[in-house]
Amino acid sequence: MSHPEKYPDPHNDINANTVFGFWIYLMTDFILFATLFATYAVLEKGTFGGPTAKQLFHLPYVLVETLLLLGSSFTCGLATLHIEKNNIRKLSGWYGATFALGLAFLLMVGAEFVQLINEGHTWDKSAFLSAYFTLIGTHAIHIFFGLLFIPVFIGDVLRRGLIPVTIRRLTCLKLFWFFSYIVWIFMFTFVYLMGVSSNG
Amino acid sequence: MTLFANFLYGRLTPQAFQHNPIEMSVGIGTLIAGAAIITLLTYYKKWRWLWFDWLTSVDHKKIGIMYFVMSSAMLFKALVEASMMRAHQVVSVGDSFGFLETSHYQQLFSAHGTAMIFFVATGFVFGLINYFIPLQIGARDVAFPFLNSLSFWMFAAGSVTLIVSLSIGNFSGAGWSGYPPLSGIEENPGVGIDYWLWSIQLSGAGTLLSGVNFLVTIYKMRCPGMTMMRMPLFVWSVLVSLVLIVFAFPILTATAALLSLDRTFGTHFFTPDFGGNPMLYINLFWAWGHPEVYILMMPAFGMFSEFIPVFCKKRLFGYTSMVWALIAITVLSFLVWLHHFFTMGAGPGVNAFFGFMTMIIAIPTGVKIFNWLFTMYDGKVTLASPMVWFIGFVAIFSLGGMYGVLMSVAPVDFQVHNSLFLIAHFHSMLVGGVLFGLFAGLTYWFPKMFGFKLNDKLGDWAAFCWIFGFLVAFTPLYILGLMGATRRMDHYDASTGWQPLFIVAAIGLVIVFMGVGLQCLQLLVSFRDRKKNRDTTGDPWDGRTLEWSLSSPPPFYNFAVIPEVHERDPFWAEKQKGLSSKKPVYEAIHMPKNTPLGLYIGVFSFFFGFAAVWYIVWLAVVSAVGVVACLIVRLMDRHTETFITPEEIERIEKECRA
Repeated sequence: MSHPEKYPDPHNDINANTVFGFWIYLMTDFILFATLFATYAVLEKGTFGGPTAKQLFHLPYVLVETLLLLGSSFTCGLATLHIEKNNIRKLSGWYGATFALGLAFLLMVGAEFVQLINEGHTWDKSAFLSAYFTLIGTHAIHIFFGLLFIPVFIGDVLRRGLIPVTIRRLTCLKLFWFFSYIVWIFMFTFVYLMGVSSNG
Repeated sequence: MTLFANFLYGRLTPQAFQHNPIEMSVGIGTLIAGAAIITLLTYYKKWRWLWFDWLTSVDHKKIGIMYFVMSSAMLFKALVEASMMRAHQVVSVGDSFGFLETSHYQQLFSAHGTAMIFFVATGFVFGLINYFIPLQIGARDVAFPFLNSLSFWMFAAGSVTLIVSLSIGNFSGAGWSGYPPLSGIEENPGVGIDYWLWSIQLSGAGTLLSGVNFLVTIYKMRCPGMTMMRMPLFVWSVLVSLVLIVFAFPILTATAALLSLDRTFGTHFFTPDFGGNPMLYINLFWAWGHPEVYILMMPAFGMFSEFIPVFCKKRLFGYTSMVWALIAITVLSFLVWLHHFFTMGAGPGVNAFFGFMTMIIAIPTGVKIFNWLFTMYDGKVTLASPMVWFIGFVAIFSLGGMYGVLMSVAPVDFQVHNSLFLIAHFHSMLVGGVLFGLFAGLTYWFPKMFGFKLNDKLGDWAAFCWIFGFLVAFTPLYILGLMGATRRMDHYDASTGWQPLFIVAAIGLVIVFMGVGLQCLQLLVSFRDRKKNRDTTGDPWDGRTLEWSLSSPPPFYNFAVIPEVHERDPFWAEKQKGLSSKKPVYEAIHMPKNTPLGLYIGVFSFFFGFAAVWYIVWLAVVSAVGVVACLIVRLMDRHTETFITPEEIERIEKECRA
């Protein structure tokens, strides 16, 4: 058995290291998305005679998606407030709300994809559609993993309480969730708003 | 029945195992080597030792040595490939078409480049980073020991993917850079490109995770008093390399993934039709690829900066300028990628910008070379074999670098683009620069890692063979390139008159192989004489940095007492003042426990890649679930640490110092 509390290691603050490391990881993820954004920017006009962004996207639908994700970030932030108050019941409740809103967002993205595919606008029809599906899909995969780890970490909190290790994980989860939301804002702006308003 | 077989095996059919005799012999050779290792392990009853002491280890020192083992095997493989190509080029002239089929030749140069960049250079660099970064900054471990083990096993999964392609199916024939549309599904419907993609994807993921891990280690785990400007230059050079990794490797991950999507799911990112853009791939590839060159190069610079002061008995000349030179290279390396394809036709403005940037990057590099030479000037120089490697490096790297500046002039580049001139240039940088640096660094740090010195005489002779052999092998390539010989060429006309130069180049490679033989002999002889050459002090070279204050090899917790640093070259300063003989007070240390989960995730990742290559859907799903499950198991594990009592430390310290 180890006794980290009994023998604290002054030269290795695991909590600070992990959060710092997670920031660096998020930075690499930003670069990944930057690459996909650049790809999308290059290929946006590569519609090959197929539908353009303007013809495909419906802003009200996307606005609802955005609001769902915004709401989930808000509830995630509220949940974090309860870490300090050590209120596990409210904490898990707000995380439950985050999960539900995130799931609703994911389902809406899925429905949008299914509709596009049913209309015959699949990713192999043009470079524009390839870039679109990949960019939005990569973000959806991030949300999926966020949703996967919410119950895992909350389950851990329920079993073990709010101890340094579970708090550390919730902190990383929170950062990840906000990160995903910020990336979505860029998508909302560059893919949807600019796509619909362009004269292409 | 066929439906079921399709489900079970994807596109893996018995034909995948059929090869021509030369390819067969390579595959069988690999199998025999594998069988021999298994037999030896069983005969000497070493399986438990292998599993508990090495494979499941999260000790950064052991992981470092596992990197060396993997990379040495890959180095041997890539050298054999190089020699087959050279031999083929000697005889494949006029009416003779040599002994290699074209498709096999293509795989050889693709595998040679991939192995050398991703698995030899990167592997050795990460081995040394693993072993020496914590020791040099006075830390007991890296920031995330489990992640470190995971990174290694991802790297290993990538190497195994490359090795498996020898026996099952075939490897890419589209070069190590895999430009579309040649690497697209229409031109290359087989599995070769997919093998290449997954081998770089897996090892790239490992490198990226290592990058995050060591960045946190260097930023957060330096011992008290070690400010940024007191860090040894190896630490600095690794730090800037890691910054490059964090910025550049996600681009590779994304680009390789997009090409995979093109090939597997029919998207149109890089296809010439349907609105895709092949030049986009080339831009993205080199936006990663050029920083990658510096990711490999700068740690080698750091190693030179470590041992030159030691062998010259002098402080490093111009520490601050060395640091700023590294930072300048880091920034500039992101502004030069287009010089890999001036011929794209981006116009004179763009080409001029990237040409200028390329010339400017020679300035900080030149600063470093002069600083090393000024460190030697007026020093008491000991010509130990690391210094011999260094002298070879200065000659070859400076020459090759000046040819690089020559090529940064776009009109000149148009003449020599994709010719053997380019090949000679970048081999000067990667062999003369990176590989020589790694050999020098390995020789310098060998006693620290294994407890005995390498035979210096044989080391000198190996270095002479490599340096001389390199010059004989690659000088003709500069000339051939100017005469018009292109890279990746497997046949030429007799009227070109190129054959004599190709013969000279092949002779050069023979000399290099003599160097490799001498290195093997050096290892054997040094191992035989290990009692005589034992390093009992832990400080065989009269070193200057913290790693030499430990016993050789260091105990698994590195520092019994975390040191405190007051200046640069802390160990040297301490020796000048006289080492204190005061008995230190030990406190309990906690260390991470070993775990096989990193290895399991590596195995699952390999099978995921393999399934993606052969379109075996069930295996891909199972492997992906396996990876996630292993991660969750690890997250739920509460007993990941163990601690060592002060009494135990005292006992181990006595043993180490005995």
